[in-house]
Amino acid sequence: MAIATYPSDSAPPSISIENAGLHYAGRALFEGLDVRIEGGRFTCLLGPSGVGKSSLLRLIAGLEPRASETVVRLGSNGNSRRDVAYMAQTDLLLPWLTVIENVTLGARLRGERADTERARALLDRVGLLDRADDRPRALSGGMRQRVALARTLMENRPIVLMDEPFAALDAITRGRLQALAAELLVGRTVVLVTHDPLEALRLAHRIHVMAGRPAHLGEALEVPGMPPRDPVATAHLGLYETLLHRLTAADTAQ
Amino acid sequence: MTVLRPIVVVFGLLLLWQSIVWLTGAPPYILPAPERVVAAWWRVSSSLLSNAGTTLLEIVLGIAIGALLGIASALTLSSFRRLRLWLLPVLVASQAVPVFALAPLLVLWLGYGLASKVAMATLIIYFPVTVSFFDGLRRTDPAWIDLARSMDASPWAILRHIRIPAALPALASGLRVAVAVAPIGAVVGEWVGASAGLGYMMLHANGRMQTDVMFAALLTLAVLSVALYFATDIVLKRLLTWQPDR
Repeated sequence: MAIATYPSDSAPPSISIENAGLHYAGRALFEGLDVRIEGGRFTCLLGPSGVGKSSLLRLIAGLEPRASETVVRLGSNGNSRRDVAYMAQTDLLLPWLTVIENVTLGARLRGERADTERARALLDRVGLLDRADDRPRALSGGMRQRVALARTLMENRPIVLMDEPFAALDAITRGRLQALAAELLVGRTVVLVTHDPLEALRLAHRIHVMAGRPAHLGEALEVPGMPPRDPVATAHLGLYETLLHRLTAADTAQ
Repeated sequence: MTVLRPIVVVFGLLLLWQSIVWLTGAPPYILPAPERVVAAWWRVSSSLLSNAGTTLLEIVLGIAIGALLGIASALTLSSFRRLRLWLLPVLVASQAVPVFALAPLLVLWLGYGLASKVAMATLIIYFPVTVSFFDGLRRTDPAWIDLARSMDASPWAILRHIRIPAALPALASGLRVAVAVAPIGAVVGEWVGASAGLGYMMLHANGRMQTDVMFAALLTLAVLSVALYFATDIVLKRLLTWQPDR
């Protein structure tokens, strides 16, 4: 359905980060970090908790102050936050708004007219059109995260940054949401932060393991086949082993 | 049961009151029996009602002005960091001065009429409203603000669409406290100097040993305050349906 896919009149932007550095409480989380993220693909940042994955994502989103030597380039037109949509660990639905009002939050905040038609179509895509006028409190955790996904898609940005958006869900709901996200985000440049190697293997075209202190990004792992994949297929068991090795090494290095 | 419970409590208290009168044999000018108070209430009911009207007006005006000033102050404090550094200590220090000690001054400056009592009620509720709303505005989930910033929201839009609505439950708690304490301000103001109001009536009756009238006025004040509190509570709950029930 055209409503969810990103218009392909321009190529989805790549992201390149040079010399990224971030200090937290006097200690370097990472320093001199370079990474290039390909446009139009799903990239996973995998790493142990507290290594700085979320901070790197927030740096790209423009939510962390950037040091003067850090260069973040989004696509060819440089450094525009307007190209980026951000989805956090929690659904962040506003409890005083209805589901549909939450989906159109961006327009409300920018003082624009909300495209209710499109919001309803997106809610339909995530299977929650019949709950459009409910308050978030009436929804389950999985439904709320689906609304958050619809809200992210509503922004219709070419770059989507996701910070462990499925971490708090049960295995079955998580699996369904991963499939839905993979389907709805096709064609966009997606960066997904996760600590779950299976999630990375399921969704990513490419996986970076982030490890150490200050943290560095390991050589990228290309995952064959189109996401969403069956993560326990034998073809990926070798990759799973490699990822676990890297993560274990990362953990002992810390 | 919800209807029965308050009735049982009220009758229990009346029974306790009556039995204390019986057991101690206290004279009516010390502790009048319930039926004497009811009789006094009927006798002076028109005067009681008009005085209650005066007190109610003082309370409602005090709440309205105090709440508006408190809301404005909290918004100012949370929006201007520099101003907050100067004003917050002043605000806290001002609470160290007992408001009751100011009552004679207020009567001296604003006269025996309505203004001094409204000022008392305003002063007494200003602080709880300001502090609770300011606290609510300060405690907005930073992740909500990040989300809004990623949607290119201006600071004003974040205040209007996220921080103010998120702080409304805190403001509601402040208003509940305000409504509960506002009658104290009005009555203290009336004690210091007034020509009308339930506080004035109590003082007047006290000086004439009309203890039963004093009790009738006290009872009227209690009913007024409780009714005002519950009315406010119901309105606030209606307005904030999204807030999880405690």
